[in-house]
Amino acid sequence: MTEEALKDLLYKIADDQLILGHRNSEWTGMGPLLEEDIAFSSMAQDKVGQSLAFYNLLHQLGEQDPDTVAFTRNAEQFHNCQLVELPSGEYDFSLIRHFLFDHAEFIRFQMLAECPIEEVAQVAKKLKGEVKYHVMHANTWVKQLSNANEEAHSKMQSALDYALPYALGIFEPSKYENDFIEAGIYAGEKAIETQWKENIHMVLEEAGLKLPDWDTLKPVYGGRYGKHTEYLQPLLSEMSEVFNEDPTADW
Amino acid sequence: MNYTKEDILSFLKEVKDPEIPVISLVDLGVITGIEVKGEHVTVNMTPTFIGCPAMDYMKSDVTEVLNKHGITNHAVNLNLKTTWSSDLISSEGKQALKKFGLAPPPVHNNIIEDLDIIEHAECPNCDSTNTTLKSPFGPTLCRSLHHCNNCGEAFESFKPI
Repeated sequence: MTEEALKDLLYKIADDQLILGHRNSEWTGMGPLLEEDIAFSSMAQDKVGQSLAFYNLLHQLGEQDPDTVAFTRNAEQFHNCQLVELPSGEYDFSLIRHFLFDHAEFIRFQMLAECPIEEVAQVAKKLKGEVKYHVMHANTWVKQLSNANEEAHSKMQSALDYALPYALGIFEPSKYENDFIEAGIYAGEKAIETQWKENIHMVLEEAGLKLPDWDTLKPVYGGRYGKHTEYLQPLLSEMSEVFNEDPTADW
Repeated sequence: MNYTKEDILSFLKEVKDPEIPVISLVDLGVITGIEVKGEHVTVNMTPTFIGCPAMDYMKSDVTEVLNKHGITNHAVNLNLKTTWSSDLISSEGKQALKKFGLAPPPVHNNIIEDLDIIEHAECPNCDSTNTTLKSPFGPTLCRSLHHCNNCGEAFESFKPI
């Protein structure tokens, strides 16, 4: 496997974490209740810290330093899936996005914890313990709200229906899929997707939410190759405002 | 002068967690290795949570305490070679957490399947397990929020991870 392939993998993970971390942070001070305000803020802090771990690995592979990479690229240079860049919307969507994304991320880190590249395996092993709490948090609230009154249930169902095609975009195949599988880095996106469908199915069933026939859904691809929605660039501009004002600022 | 590994360990006992100032980094389990080669001392550390902002402070506090004891030929490394787990917190450390008002993390041996493990954390005020988990996230990344149905106090717990 080439270094280019490894960078491609690390970039998509790091960018997903950074962008979703930023979106999660938008709930700081705005949460529907104090505990959720704190939960989304904590998950934001976790995710931005996790992205840093991957940008550090990329830096060791010769990429620029983490701040430069995080704050100076344009939207088309980002490899995150479109799911994570969508506006936070209302709490139902943020919660469903967090549920769908973190279930996938947990499986990804479980697989990468066994990766033959030691530095990657160490980070993945560490992060799966942290992401497990994100998954448990999502499961609790998805079940609780979906089993609450009719309005809550229908909001959760609509959020799920809207998010699913984007969520399938998490698993957009990389051009290096076969290289990863052959080198034993991890079992590839298709394998994560299969496991993910099983895992979310179990929780959604308890929540009484319906999954559509997967064949009827068209995955929203493009993010992994730099094709993004209109929402990413404004997010990046906001995120890098201080950095652009004074790149030497320390905070 | 040359110090032994045990000397260094006792110096590091002086360094406390900046967010929980009752527990030393040694008892917290983040000091994963000390090597003494002649006058050169290497201290290896592992982060509790990867996004924990206190890690940089811990690292510079370790450097400071080494300097204070005249050890200037040193390297302090923060890496993930050893994965931190709350099971690495010493029993002395767990006592200190409880005294501080934080329920210590239960031993989990790497089996955390669902939130049940912290659903009924033991209240550090009255030792009751008739408690309710309010949120798996608290004021810092390593803490969860609870309510004690017995004494009526709200309390925080150090999360098992």
